[in-house]
Amino acid sequence: MPDATVSSLGAQTVGEVTGPFLAALEQTLPPGRVLTRPAELIPYESDALTAYRERPLAVVLPETQDEVVSVVRLCHRYGVPFVARGSGTSLSGGSLPVPGGIVIGLNRLNRIVRLDPRQRLAVVEPGVVNLAISQAVASYGLYYAPDPSSQPVCTIGGNIAFNSGGAHCLKYGMTSNHVLGLKAVLPDGEVVTLGGESLEAVGPDLVGLFVGCEGLFGVALEVTVRLVPRPECYRTVLAAYRSLAAAGAAVSRVVASGLLPGAIEIMDALAIAAAEAAVKAGYPQDAAALLIVELEGETVQVEKEFAYLLTVLQDPTLAATERPYEVRVAQSEVERLAIWKGRKAAFSAVGRLSPDYIVQDGVVPRSRLGEALAEIERLSKQYGLRVANVFHAGDGNLHPLILYDGREPGAYERAEALAAAITRMCIAMGGSITGEHGVGMEKRAFLPEMFGEDDMEAMQRLRRAMDPLELANRGKMFPGDPTAATRPGWLPHPLERAGVISRM
Amino acid sequence: MAILQPTSLADVQDAVRQSERIRVRGGGSKPALSTAADGVTQLDLAALRGVREYEPQELVFTALAATPVAEIEAMLAAHGQYLPFDPLLVDRGATLGGVVAANTAGSGRFRYGGVRDFVIGVRFVDGRGDLIRGGGKVVKNAAGFDLPKLMVGSLGRLGVLVELSCKVFPRPAAYASLVVHFPALPPALEALYRLNTSAFDLEALDLAPTAGGALALWLRIGGPADVLAERLDRLQNALAPGAMGFARLQGEEEAHFWRERRELSWVPSDFSLVKVPITPGRLPDLEARLATTDVVRLYSVGGNLAWLAWPPHSPRAAIQALLNELGLTGMMLLGSPDEPLLTPLPGAAFFHRVKQALDPDGRFV
Repeated sequence: MPDATVSSLGAQTVGEVTGPFLAALEQTLPPGRVLTRPAELIPYESDALTAYRERPLAVVLPETQDEVVSVVRLCHRYGVPFVARGSGTSLSGGSLPVPGGIVIGLNRLNRIVRLDPRQRLAVVEPGVVNLAISQAVASYGLYYAPDPSSQPVCTIGGNIAFNSGGAHCLKYGMTSNHVLGLKAVLPDGEVVTLGGESLEAVGPDLVGLFVGCEGLFGVALEVTVRLVPRPECYRTVLAAYRSLAAAGAAVSRVVASGLLPGAIEIMDALAIAAAEAAVKAGYPQDAAALLIVELEGETVQVEKEFAYLLTVLQDPTLAATERPYEVRVAQSEVERLAIWKGRKAAFSAVGRLSPDYIVQDGVVPRSRLGEALAEIERLSKQYGLRVANVFHAGDGNLHPLILYDGREPGAYERAEALAAAITRMCIAMGGSITGEHGVGMEKRAFLPEMFGEDDMEAMQRLRRAMDPLELANRGKMFPGDPTAATRPGWLPHPLERAGVISRM
Repeated sequence: MAILQPTSLADVQDAVRQSERIRVRGGGSKPALSTAADGVTQLDLAALRGVREYEPQELVFTALAATPVAEIEAMLAAHGQYLPFDPLLVDRGATLGGVVAANTAGSGRFRYGGVRDFVIGVRFVDGRGDLIRGGGKVVKNAAGFDLPKLMVGSLGRLGVLVELSCKVFPRPAAYASLVVHFPALPPALEALYRLNTSAFDLEALDLAPTAGGALALWLRIGGPADVLAERLDRLQNALAPGAMGFARLQGEEEAHFWRERRELSWVPSDFSLVKVPITPGRLPDLEARLATTDVVRLYSVGGNLAWLAWPPHSPRAAIQALLNELGLTGMMLLGSPDEPLLTPLPGAAFFHRVKQALDPDGRFV
């Protein structure tokens, strides 16, 4: 639990320091890059977890690393909390402003500092968009592997803060597995360099600790990421099942088969219908569940492994109910991308089925997927709310979408209660409250349910060692910090409405 | 020197609380790192061994820290699985906790990542004697600070590792290797760079001087046995420019070669061994300094890890001077017990804060 005197420090002093602090900011940054007018602040009030909303004192838009450092030092001097933000695609409320604090918008810090394809690395600033790295190195046959669904807009800085995942973590891991080094400004203004350019290191893995700190350890200024070669060949299969349990069991069989797919994904009937309505992916429409498995690697080997994969899925010794009733193999890159387009569109597409929904993110041991899905179905009936399931099955990473109608009294509260029940189920099964969205605002009440008192205390000690005044992204990850204004109901992110990003 | 031999996690907590200065020992395969100096309590964890949980279809296991890696590998092998980061010194008794604390991954970490990429959960006793858990037992997890990664390479200085959870992968059905000889470093590096921007899937990529200024690349591939020959053919074609000879390793000979490499059998006896993280672009600088010396070199992990074996009685200060001059970091893995970190490390100020939070009294030395 945070120290009450520290937590209230910001609020007590905000009134006294606001004027001088804002004046100091305006001396630090050129005109037009310190936003204080309400109309300018509105776009920063919320991120992709739109149920939470808070107006910051100001938004600053630094363009250089030095400007970020200066702003953080001013915040420290005046005791003003700050939230660093990229494109605001956090699904856990990770970039929600703090009352009386400022938002440091990092999108203009978007230089690719160095590309070194021969050594398979890139040095970038935090405002560089995830996909832009892959685009910049595509001509060398390389790419940046972590692929959150918001990758056309989300930034590397945000990916680092929340250790973002994606559909291809099974084989190559999450963001933290791809960050070799970084330069960061700590919340008291000290600038540190962690890690380096090598795949190996001596001494404790400080980069590993920084990635996923949810902004509590400061702001990344420059990041060295590793690049991986684009596989020579992808082979993608779509298998349609008559039951969700059969698809779940197939995942266990694929994982146990000795194959190591790049991705294993499942969508249930509701998600299939939504995806079909949105992008006409051509999915089998009467399936209870679709399984997508993708292999990648050198062609001669992938062809061999893919033939084996098909025998694992269609094993004739299985009961007919356990086998897919239809198997489609992508015959071209166009067909492969069509399969993925439907998958990646599934989340936002659910908006077509329901006026409102909550996206959940939780993890269960992958051998208990079937059990978890049955429990979600039971909870769905108990709470009287439909749940669509789209998930990274190979990792045991669930993304239940809880559908509700915000106009119906009590519906939002019921949806939140159902979401909480699913989160607790993940803990009870030995899993995690979040696989890739982070704790943020959304799950902070649950962190102490997953970890013990001593664990929480150790994490708090680490946090205070970096940030005694608790200025950096205050209120996230740890429970008990000042709550932000919340509002029942959910609104799609503007970019989501535009079809640019999706939620998984 | 006091020696404490805890047999339970509570014992470890008691031992930490009652000792002012502590150094932890697991299986003793790396005495340079684990030997307690005078006045320092030796915390011998050998009794804390055993696999706690392993479900093969989960591809995750949890084991007490002093479980020998050999025991874990045998358990995994029975289900066609392995530790892809290729832990070192397994036959000499390396324990899981020791591999994590020392961050000792071998050539095979080239493909899927190092120790940091496979440790998903940890329990450790911090400097206050509290038993702390971080991470978890599932492969994807973004809840709380990533304490499992922090412990990788921590040399027991942030806490006593007592239990670890790791993810594992299915082991390739078969392996084959190609040795490619080059007359000098520049063509060998060019070949390495070509591989780095190609779509070949390599399990290992090592580079080492052979004789008379010549060098060789060792490439290991894995997969279904009947495609490996064709894959080696393609690799050989791609590497032909600048190469002066090829050899193939297969079957038991191939397995033996890589087993010897991970057991560090190539290090001459009585030589000390220094681990130096590097990038391939820096290898010419290092070779320019070492090519005419008796230092035995192996550049592993695609040129990202230099193993430097120094003749007996090499002055420590000379090693440090070389590393500092080239702006490199280094850790003494084999040698006389002393401070294993030979150079300042990046992020010292950050580390100091972490140390203050987890070991405020500085018990872990």
